[in-house]
Amino acid sequence: MLTIKNLHANVEDKNILKGLNLDVKPGEIHAIMGPNGAGKSTLGNVLSGREGYEVTGGDVTFDGKNLLEMETEERAREGLFLAFQYPVEIPGVSNLEFLKASVDAAREHRGEEPMDSVAFLKLAREKCKAVNLDQNFLKRGVNEGFSGGEKKRNEIMQMMMLEPKLCILDETDSGLDIDALQVVAEGVNSQRDPNRSFIVVTHYQRLLDYIVPDYVHVLADGKIVKSGGKELALELEEKGYGWIENGAA
Amino acid sequence: MSNVAKAVELHEFSEQAVSLASNTQQNSKTPWLADVREKGLATFKRMPFPTRKTEAWKYTSLRALSAENFHRPAQQFSIANAEALFEVEGLEALRVVFVNGEFNAELSSPELLSTSGLNIIQFADANESQQKTIKTHLANVSETERNLFTALNAGLIDNGLLITVDKKVRIERPVQLVHISSQQPENASVFARCLVVLEQQAELTLIEQFVSTHETLNTIFNQTSEFIIGDAAKLNHYRLHLEDESSIHLGGVYVDLNRDSQFESYQLALGGKVKRLDVLVNHNQPGSHCEMKGVYLPKHEQQVDFHTYIEHKAAHCTTDEVYRGIMADKSKAVFNGRIHIHPDAQKTLAELSNKNLLLSNQAEINTKPELEIYADDVRCAHGATVAQLDAKARFYLQSRGISRQEAEIMLSFGFINELLDAMPLVALRDKLRPLLAQQFTSNAALTRHLLDKALAGEGQAQGVEA
Ligand SMILES: Nc1ncnc2c1ncn2[C@@H]1O[C@H](COP(=O)(O)OP(=O)(O)O)[C@@H](O)[C@H]1O
Ligand SMILES: [Mg+2]
Repeated sequence: MLTIKNLHANVEDKNILKGLNLDVKPGEIHAIMGPNGAGKSTLGNVLSGREGYEVTGGDVTFDGKNLLEMETEERAREGLFLAFQYPVEIPGVSNLEFLKASVDAAREHRGEEPMDSVAFLKLAREKCKAVNLDQNFLKRGVNEGFSGGEKKRNEIMQMMMLEPKLCILDETDSGLDIDALQVVAEGVNSQRDPNRSFIVVTHYQRLLDYIVPDYVHVLADGKIVKSGGKELALELEEKGYGWIENGAA
Repeated sequence: MSNVAKAVELHEFSEQAVSLASNTQQNSKTPWLADVREKGLATFKRMPFPTRKTEAWKYTSLRALSAENFHRPAQQFSIANAEALFEVEGLEALRVVFVNGEFNAELSSPELLSTSGLNIIQFADANESQQKTIKTHLANVSETERNLFTALNAGLIDNGLLITVDKKVRIERPVQLVHISSQQPENASVFARCLVVLEQQAELTLIEQFVSTHETLNTIFNQTSEFIIGDAAKLNHYRLHLEDESSIHLGGVYVDLNRDSQFESYQLALGGKVKRLDVLVNHNQPGSHCEMKGVYLPKHEQQVDFHTYIEHKAAHCTTDEVYRGIMADKSKAVFNGRIHIHPDAQKTLAELSNKNLLLSNQAEINTKPELEIYADDVRCAHGATVAQLDAKARFYLQSRGISRQEAEIMLSFGFINELLDAMPLVALRDKLRPLLAQQFTSNAALTRHLLDKALAGEGQAQGVEA
């Protein structure tokens, strides 16, 4: 599904990713943990092709294609989805028109017809309900005036609408109370599929009680410094990152 | 060299204007307005022609004006498919249509004269009492000293339009006042005038709509409107400048607000060769409220220039003024908004916001919000911003598969969407949405989502209060 080989990337001429390797197979869930400033969000931004994030070395293959050659929108249409750590507010552009444009873009990319508006509305309402967002949110500006938790649930809702192949969740659990966390986790679990993979970036082990990962990686100073099974998350929770970083240095 | 040549020409412009004015004075359909014309012309003569150093005209070029414009337009009564130029489906308006400054009965609603409590009449046909109303108010609100072209308009008033609403009458149907301009055999000018008097507790919705046939225009359109809003009366006002980009429009809206009265105004201007609108609102009596929302969208090499003046002369009045502009290509816009709180205007609440979006490095905006406060117990705020499209927002849309072009159009439209959604006349809003979206692109594939009615219908109710 996704193979990252020796990825190096700069942000504003500063080297942030320093030789990152990762291999994600269809249906797998990978958790990435690590200290603040390690480069976790940078990885998500690089994978989605954000301007200002310059790849200086390495390869990324997504579903057999060279990901780094594609425009941001092409990556999305190919099935890459990034749930942002800090989703932006876009007043004046309604959630509905935004979502419809997204859904149609992916469909047309696959050679399908744009979705019928009525069917689309029905689906959007359904997904809203699934993440416990009031229908009114659909009518509002994208993330406009949403609380932190509502923004995160909106990201999951978009993911459910777009049915991507690979979902990267960047600290989707941060700032959520336990109820909201469960809603998010249920949303993710409902999307688990032998053909869909997840990269779950988190600080907290508690999310992984709900979304059980196949692998846990520690990202520190721009590299994966340790990988293991789900029990690694518990160990990290207990001991912090210090012992690994020191060991890696 | 060219500056000198231009100066001479502008001198000729004034001379021609004066000669047209004396001609109007001699052959007028309204000899009883001779005084008003004389006074207007005298003011015009006294005022120097604007140069680059004239503060009020600093950023708007008047090069397009020429002395050859002082012909009366030739009349053209049959314009193919004229209704399509201004028709708003579902609006159910009372239409008053002028073609090149002349009233056109065929295009206007036949029931104009039969709506009880509403009087719509041309100055030339005014009866004695209507003449009295006109003489009481005409050119009183429009402080001609502020704008040379308003003075000139007063000097050239011949046959304007009077609209009155009787005491305590609420007119349900909007009055749609349409001005159609068409191409002229030789350069011409149109001087149009509108006077609205709402008696106490009256309410009217007035749409002033300026459109053109899709030919090149060679007319200077000079139009002044005056609104006298009586005690506890309300005017819902729309001023839509939708003419072709070859148009020259020098316009003015002058409003007198009396006790507890309201003026709610939506102004929209596409760009033209010169498109200048002065809006003056006088809070004359306590308790009045003024709400103005404006949008300007010049592109190519067009200009738009808004000058607004809010005079708070009485206590307990409120003003809420919001203008937004999007400048594309090499266009230029000016927003000059002044709120003046006089010493007696205690307990004033006034806010002015002007936000601008530049879509190109060569586009230009000159914004100047001004607050002048001479009373101590007031709450006022003003602010202006100039920005480019938000790269973060664009990335967010692209990261969901939306193309860069569609993302840019959604964001541009989103910048003005809120003001459009605030319009209470849904039929008008539905007409304007596609028209404005087309300003950003002629590619319908890029506007289909923001114009998807099934989705917009869902979105509107909430969008207003956000
Ligand atoms: N847009 C940016 N501009 C400048 N520096 C950035 C930017 N994004 C990230 N960085 C820097 O890159 C490093 C990694 O940041 P980030 O990827 O956000 O870490 P994490 O998500 O692991 O906390 C930090 O030092 C951060 O300051
Ligand atoms: Mg981060």
